[in-house]
Amino acid sequence: MVRTVVLNIDDKEVRAKEGISILDAARKSSADIPTLCHENGLDPYGACRICSVEIEKKGRTKIVAACCYPVEEGLKVRTKSPKIDKIRKTIIELAAITAGEGLSGEMRLLASKYSADLSRFRSRVPTESTKCILCGLCIRRCIEANWDSIIGFAGRGVNRRVVLFPDRSGICSICNYCYDVCPTGRISSIGPSPHFPNIDNVTAGRE
Amino acid sequence: MLYKEPSSNKIIPKLEDISFYKYQLRLLLKENARIDPKSIEDYISQGGYSALAKALSKMSPEQVIKEIKKANLRGRGGGGFPTGIKWKTTKNATGDSKCVIVNCDEGDPGAFMDRSLIEGNPHKVLEGLIIGAYAIGADEGYVYVREEYPLAVENISIAITQAEECGLLGENILSSGFNFQVRVHRGAGAFVSGESSALMMALEGKVGEPRPKYVHNAVKGVWNKPSCLNNVETWANVPLIILKGARWFRSIGTKGSSGTKIFSLVGKINNTGLVEVPMGITLRDLIYKIGGGIRGEKQFKAVQIGGPSGGFIPEKYLGLQVDFDKLDKAGSMMGSGGMVVMDEDSCMVDAARYFVDFLLEESCGKCIPCREGLRVLSKILSDICEGRGKDGDIKIIEDIAETMRGASLCALGMTAVNPILTSLRYFRSEWEKHIRDKSCPSKACKDLINYYIDPKKCQACQLCLRECLVGAIQGSKDQVHWIEQEKCIKCGICQEICNFDAIRKISKEPIPKNPLKGMKPIWRMEN
Repeated sequence: MVRTVVLNIDDKEVRAKEGISILDAARKSSADIPTLCHENGLDPYGACRICSVEIEKKGRTKIVAACCYPVEEGLKVRTKSPKIDKIRKTIIELAAITAGEGLSGEMRLLASKYSADLSRFRSRVPTESTKCILCGLCIRRCIEANWDSIIGFAGRGVNRRVVLFPDRSGICSICNYCYDVCPTGRISSIGPSPHFPNIDNVTAGRE
Repeated sequence: MLYKEPSSNKIIPKLEDISFYKYQLRLLLKENARIDPKSIEDYISQGGYSALAKALSKMSPEQVIKEIKKANLRGRGGGGFPTGIKWKTTKNATGDSKCVIVNCDEGDPGAFMDRSLIEGNPHKVLEGLIIGAYAIGADEGYVYVREEYPLAVENISIAITQAEECGLLGENILSSGFNFQVRVHRGAGAFVSGESSALMMALEGKVGEPRPKYVHNAVKGVWNKPSCLNNVETWANVPLIILKGARWFRSIGTKGSSGTKIFSLVGKINNTGLVEVPMGITLRDLIYKIGGGIRGEKQFKAVQIGGPSGGFIPEKYLGLQVDFDKLDKAGSMMGSGGMVVMDEDSCMVDAARYFVDFLLEESCGKCIPCREGLRVLSKILSDICEGRGKDGDIKIIEDIAETMRGASLCALGMTAVNPILTSLRYFRSEWEKHIRDKSCPSKACKDLINYYIDPKKCQACQLCLRECLVGAIQGSKDQVHWIEQEKCIKCGICQEICNFDAIRKISKEPIPKNPLKGMKPIWRMEN
């Protein structure tokens, strides 16, 4: 039998099944936590960190990612505070370095909600806009649908990017799931624009 | 032939009287010099494996954990998490099969504590691991060694084979009914794989990227089995505690941190190397008594502790006792025990830039705060060091630091800002000088300095003139030399080789005019 725990989200008592995340519990209690790399049905990934919330446990506060942190009995959660808002704003501004300023989708809504200045960091680090924030949703959604993925990550750190594996092109079922989940509009209904680089070109250093 | 103390020129016949060794307490390292790491007999002759025999024959697993808890052994890999509690959590976690792991993915620049233990005394680590496995109830163990340590891989593999032959590994160890196997896994070379969850991903054959750890590895680790991962040095401490008891162990060190810690003491000091000291020793004793003070009569400026994400500690805290909690409070951390000493010639902005650039290379790129934060920080720090700093830069750095520290996925991102924040906290005026005056007070940032030949000191010997790689030095046999600033690449060779101390670095000051044509060195003018 699954136990139920009682926790406190934004001064409201919330009952939740043990094992679910703070994010799921909060959404049930209609508290609003933004996400960029989360999708119902996919395993939590914890890459965008925009869902950061403050928790209080044994008198200590810390910031955790709501999508990954499991609910606990007696946990106190704050989904909004000046500190949290500032962190979210900074994360959007950081994400804009690769995403660019001409955004669409969920990113655009969040940017205006937190009045993020998209050029704040972008202007300091001249980087070509790829319209991608590397949330991995397209890859994870593709694996979910096809047991494998035609796209994947390559590279480490700032060289990380989504690449295409042409030898797996047979598994693309043109389901458009990747388009549905893309939070920046990088993948449109007719495919990614610009195209994802080919893994062979990336490993050979051509792209 | 005998060792001469450089400060007093006195001959010191005995090793243990040399000041480098005199103030150390080498509990873990002392056997390294006495045994052949490839011989189990050597280790046994030094009392090796008697702790394992004691644990298996006289103690229950609960008693072992209790002893470790009582000893207050804390994780030597950096976090300082109480080892006993970690073991207990793993023991209590549900799972048919449990795992113990040795983390020897030592990647900090200039640090080689784990390497020396595994290479020099692999059986000690193995003995600790077997005792831990017995206490936790684990049936398999892994030693994760980075690929760059081939001798470590060789020695630990030999140690495992020897232990298996002696019945110390395998089925029914020492007739206790306890079964345990160990395998060696070679890491594929990523700094972030030293992070426990990333290491477990790498063990599983996946890309070594951290995963959220809100459910501890002790409950759900490698292949979802409860897994207990400890650093090499932590495991090596276990046999000592079992053999000599928790009370003895607690008598060494401070209240919150017991035992000894190995540091890799490097930088601008006279004696560098691995040092093992009791916790609670002051930084001053470490640097001046053991390290022999700063090289070349220079002034101490700062010490950076804990690897690339450790903080700088300035001179006013030299009296600080080295233990987990006090270092944390000062804005630094114990880390794995790297200790880089810097003198007056080191620029604290440039030093912060060095570590940020290292971490930028090593960040896995999964989460936004760490990946993009480091990208911006690295660019801004380069700008400041190269004279392009702007007024709002410190504010931007602080905003990003707050976000990275609070919201990054793993400890790499959370602690990456320590060098910057401590540098700002203790050396803020240096930052302001870089940004506002475009000058480097330590005269280390190449773009903010010029080399200049003092015409009153130059003897026109032509040494620098001949050695200059780019031909930037002008003059002749009877003509005092000068540097053509446009050609100078600021390599500093001229200053190093000048026998008359005539070349100095200037920052921000106007460059004095070139000496007059035909100006002779002063001694010639007098004759």
